[in-house]
Amino acid sequence: MSLSIADVEHVAALARLGLGREEKERLREQLSSILGHIELLDEIDTAAIPPTAQVIELANVLRPDEVCPSLPRAAVLANAPRQVDGFFAVRAVLGGPGADTDPS
Amino acid sequence: MPAPNDLLSVFETVIGLEVHAQLLTKSKMYCGCSAAYADAEPNTHVCPVCLGLPGALPVLNRAAIEYCLLTGLALDAEIPPACKLDRKNYVYPDLPKGYQISQYDLPLCVGGWLRFSSGGEERRAGITRVHVEEDTGRLVHRVDPGGAEESLVDLNRSGVPLMEIVGEPDLRSPEEARDYLIALRQVLRYIGASTGSMEDGAFRCDANVSVRRIGDPEFGAKVEIKNMNSFRAVERALRFEQERQQAALLAGETVAQETRGWIEDRGITVPQRTKEQAHDYRYFPEPDLPPLAVDESMVAGVRARLPELPATRRSRIAADYGLGPNEAALLTEERAVADVFEAAVGPPGDAASARVAANWIMNDLVGLQRQRGLPPETLPLDADQLRDLLAALAAGELTARAAKEVLPQITRGERPRDAARRLNLLSLDDDAAVRAAVDETVAAFPAAVADYRGGKTAAIGRLIGETIKRTGGRARPETVRAVMEDVLRKDNG
Repeated sequence: MSLSIADVEHVAALARLGLGREEKERLREQLSSILGHIELLDEIDTAAIPPTAQVIELANVLRPDEVCPSLPRAAVLANAPRQVDGFFAVRAVLGGPGADTDPS
Repeated sequence: MPAPNDLLSVFETVIGLEVHAQLLTKSKMYCGCSAAYADAEPNTHVCPVCLGLPGALPVLNRAAIEYCLLTGLALDAEIPPACKLDRKNYVYPDLPKGYQISQYDLPLCVGGWLRFSSGGEERRAGITRVHVEEDTGRLVHRVDPGGAEESLVDLNRSGVPLMEIVGEPDLRSPEEARDYLIALRQVLRYIGASTGSMEDGAFRCDANVSVRRIGDPEFGAKVEIKNMNSFRAVERALRFEQERQQAALLAGETVAQETRGWIEDRGITVPQRTKEQAHDYRYFPEPDLPPLAVDESMVAGVRARLPELPATRRSRIAADYGLGPNEAALLTEERAVADVFEAAVGPPGDAASARVAANWIMNDLVGLQRQRGLPPETLPLDADQLRDLLAALAAGELTARAAKEVLPQITRGERPRDAARRLNLLSLDDDAAVRAAVDETVAAFPAAVADYRGGKTAAIGRLIGETIKRTGGRARPETVRAVMEDVLRKDNG
C-alpha cells in the first residue's frame, strides 16, 4: 500500500494538522507501512464471517434517564488554555458568525 | 420568461426534508448531565463524557432510545432487530471529542411514512430513517477587546439527545413541505418526544430541493438549504430556491450541487462553505457503546405508549361528533385540547352540544388563552370546568352572554356555576324580576312599543335586547320574549 502526498495532506487537513514538506514525506512512508501491515488481513477469506463492530460480548447497555451532578465549572475549564466569563475561548472558527455549526 | 403559473406546468420541484428534534429527556444522551440547557450558566452541565476526557465512557439513555422507537412506530417505520452507534469524525470546537456519536448504516428505525393534509387533501410522504445522535455545543462568535475574532464555547447543549428524521424526496411544493413539517411536529408533540419548538431550536429543518423538467426521469442537481428557523422561513426559502433554479434552467445554466444558507432578513439563499473535506466524516462503529438488539418485548413496551395519532384522531372526531374537517383539525391541533374537548363532551351523541363545546373551545377559550399568553396546549379551563359551563348553558342556568362575562373571571379550579353565582350572573329565574325589566323597557321605548302594536312586529327584537341589557345579560331571551309578548298584548289599548 503506497499513499500519495495528496493522501497525507487530506488526512492532515481533516485532523487540522499543519505539516512541513519533510514531515509529509516521513508520514507518507510511515502510514504506508502501517497500512501495508494491516493489508496482511486481506489474505484471509472472510466471506463467511459477519462484520464485527464489538469484541466485548455486551449488548443493550442502557441507563435510566436520571440527572447526575455535573463537574464544578472550575474543573470543567481547568484545562482550557483560555476562558472568558465561564466559556472556553478559542480562536475564531471558520465561517465566523452564523456559520454552520451542525455537522449533520 | 413565462409567468410563475406557467412554470409549474414546465418544471417539477422535488423536496426532501431532514429534521433534527431534541428529545424530551431529563438527562443527556450519553451521560447523566442535565439536558435542560436553556437557562443554565455556561459550562455548568458538563462532565468528563461531555468533555471527551480520556477514559470517560458514554452510556445510552434508555428514554432517548424509547422516544426514537416511539417516533418510528408513530411513522410506521420498521424497527430492525440490530442497530449500533457510530462515530462521525470532524474537528470543530462545538464537540470537544472530535466526533459526534450518531448512527450511520444501522439506524434504530427504517422506512415509514407521515400522513398529513395539504391544500385540503390528505397526503402521505415517505420516511427514509429515524436515528439518534447528540447535539453539539453552542458557539458565540465575538471580537475580543484587542480586536481579534474569537469563539466562546458553551458545552451545556453538547450531548443533549437529538433525533434525526430523514424524509424521502416526496414533496412537490414549498407549501407541501411546510404542511409536512407542521404535521411531523404535531406527531412529536402528541407522543411527547419533543416540544417541536423551532424558535427554541428544539426542532430544526434542513431541506434538499431540486427542480427538473416535468417528465425528466432524473432528479435535478440537489441543493441543501440550512439555517431556516420557522415554518414560514422554510416555505419562503424553498420558494426562493425553486424560482432561482427554474430561472437558471430556463437560461440554459446548470444548477450547482451545493449547500446554501437562508438569509432571513434579505429573503435569499447564498452558498455556504463548500470544502470537500467537510463531508469526509470517516464513520466507524462506536467502540465505547455496545450494539443494541431491539427485541420484540422492547418494541411492544414502547408500542403500548403510542397514543391515538393526530391524523386518526382528526378524522375520528370529525366523524363521531359531526364536525367539519377544519373544526376537527383545530380541535386536534394540540393533544391536550382535544383531550379537554372529548372529556367535557363525553361519548359521541348529540351533535348540537358537541358543536357548542367546539365553538366555546375554538372561540372563547382559545381567545382567552392567547390573551393570557398561555402555551397552546393549556386552555384556561380544564375538562371538568368546561363540562360544568356547558351543562349550565344547556340548562339555561347561564345565558351565552353571561357565560362570556363569567369566563375570564373564573379562578383556577372554580366551577363556572360557582363563579357565576359569586358574580351574580346566573340566569334570572325570578319571573317578577323579568317582568319588572320588561315594564321598565316598555316605559322607556314608547316608539318601539307603538311600532309593534302598529304591526311592525320586528320591533320586539329591540325591546327584548333592551330588557336583557337591563338584567345585565342574565335574563334568558326566550323568557323575555314570552313576558314581553304577554305585556304588549295585555296593555294594548
